[in-house]
Amino acid sequence: MKIQQLSVFLENQPGQIVKPCRLLASEGINIRTLSVADTKQFGILRMIVSDWRRATQLLQDAGYVVNVTEVVAIEVPDEPGGLSRVLEVLENSPINVEYMYSFAFGCRDTAVMIFRFDQSDAAIKLLQAAGISVVESVEIYSRAGQT
Amino acid sequence: MIGTAENVKQRFNPVSAPDYLPVPLLRDLQLTRLQSTVRRAFENVDLTRERMKKQGVRPEDIQSLDDLPRLPFTVKADLRDTYPYGLFACPLRDVVRLHASSGTTGKPIVVAYTQDDLDVWTSVMARALASYGIHRDDIFQNAHGYGLFTGGLGFHYGLEALGVTVIPISGGSTDRQVMIMKDFKVTAICATPSYFVHMLERASEMGVDVRELPLRAGGFGAEPWSESMRRHIEAAAGIKAYDCYGLSEITGPGVGAECWFQGGPHIFEDHFYPEIIDPETGENVPDGVEGELVVTTLSKQAMPMIRFRTRDITALVAEPCPCGRTLRRIRRIGRRSDDMLIIRGVNLYPSQIESALLAVEGTLPHYQIILTREKGLDQVEVQVEVTPEVFGDRIRALVDLKEKLTRAVENTLGLRVSVSLVEPHSIQRSEGKAKRVIDRRTES
Repeated sequence: MKIQQLSVFLENQPGQIVKPCRLLASEGINIRTLSVADTKQFGILRMIVSDWRRATQLLQDAGYVVNVTEVVAIEVPDEPGGLSRVLEVLENSPINVEYMYSFAFGCRDTAVMIFRFDQSDAAIKLLQAAGISVVESVEIYSRAGQT
Repeated sequence: MIGTAENVKQRFNPVSAPDYLPVPLLRDLQLTRLQSTVRRAFENVDLTRERMKKQGVRPEDIQSLDDLPRLPFTVKADLRDTYPYGLFACPLRDVVRLHASSGTTGKPIVVAYTQDDLDVWTSVMARALASYGIHRDDIFQNAHGYGLFTGGLGFHYGLEALGVTVIPISGGSTDRQVMIMKDFKVTAICATPSYFVHMLERASEMGVDVRELPLRAGGFGAEPWSESMRRHIEAAAGIKAYDCYGLSEITGPGVGAECWFQGGPHIFEDHFYPEIIDPETGENVPDGVEGELVVTTLSKQAMPMIRFRTRDITALVAEPCPCGRTLRRIRRIGRRSDDMLIIRGVNLYPSQIESALLAVEGTLPHYQIILTREKGLDQVEVQVEVTPEVFGDRIRALVDLKEKLTRAVENTLGLRVSVSLVEPHSIQRSEGKAKRVIDRRTES
């Protein structure tokens, strides 16, 4: 149910973000989607990649500090109100969305979004009970292979 | 109970016997040795003779240890001004070894040893190691640089005299250091504290948990290191980390060493006589009061040092140590008056910043202080490397960490600073003494 997201610490300087991307590219690892959270001085590059174990090792060997976090991929209908319906399921729960970002690919008329919850398991249970499709990790990686 | 076998927690090593001289005998020995040192310097070293004459003091005026403050000081600049051989008190043919300081600016300073001097140095190093509980069954990794720096050879001779198995690996090649530490089943080590921290970091990257190795003790010195740094090292390596005090001008490492109780180094006073002075006025201050450490060598032949101003800020601890040694201790050197930075008129020491940083998360040993000047105003930037322990996926946690670090440093210094979190390994590692401060204030 949950998928592994890699976070990499970067200083906010021109040219910093290309280095880890180039490193993964040279080893044939595909970055499926990413988001950057930044402050004036530093940032966090968050990525979903095709082989997270190998990517973590490569990045660490290159001297990066890497954090692995479990996140949840959810299918969101690509139509007005699609995202609201997902969020409304959680509205009255104590579950907090830390951040979210979307996948570079969709499936027909849905988008896939990455959610970082403070309580992933509780969130999954709640969303599934409301009929919202949580994407299996296997599915993410196999889609990654197709596109 | 003082000095019982149970108290000292380690076997008594006969090389340590001079550490336990009854105080009256020790003072008597110090006076005799002081008198002959002063005479030797007066007769053979032009600089000392001229200064003593100018001050109106002759060797025979030294009738008790209390007469010591009548003698003139020697300072580091004197060694530079007389470079290379001007302070020698013996013919060069009696000198069997030369060492030189790293000398960050211009010419290095040169120090000389006769065979007797080397023998004394070896004996105090053996006593230092014995006070760390090192014995002939130990396998010792000497990661101090071998060469002109006194650290490597100083430890080496002391270790051999003690019958310890020495690995003369010297500094550098960190991956190999870790491999050898593990494969050779090293039980004790010496290095600068900053280099050892770097070794621990490499070890962890290489998948080696130093806490699970046989390593149990380390002697660290050659640069000021804080008590929080010691706690970090002890926890991260699973060892006891002992302070080793020394300086090339006096002999090298082995001027003083901590015992099991880690209450600051005992000075090997039968060879090195300590005083504390007010660095501003040059007046002696009472025991327990902080000031600059001044050391007079009591048995050096090649290069006697009369009242050498070490620039190290500390205090003499006269209270007896539970280990039973009669040698006085000094407080651990937290700072050197050389390291003092004056920022917007405020006096500041890098070690204060180190303690503040370590107090926050306990895992941030790599830092650097960068001083710049903007519109005539000094700016302080503290760069701190991010470690896996403090790094997560949430930006807010990092922003909080940065704020906490900023507050901790500002509260300690009473001065606005900007803290930057930087990528691992972006701060240059040193294999010897760490360079903590980059002062760019004169560049613009």
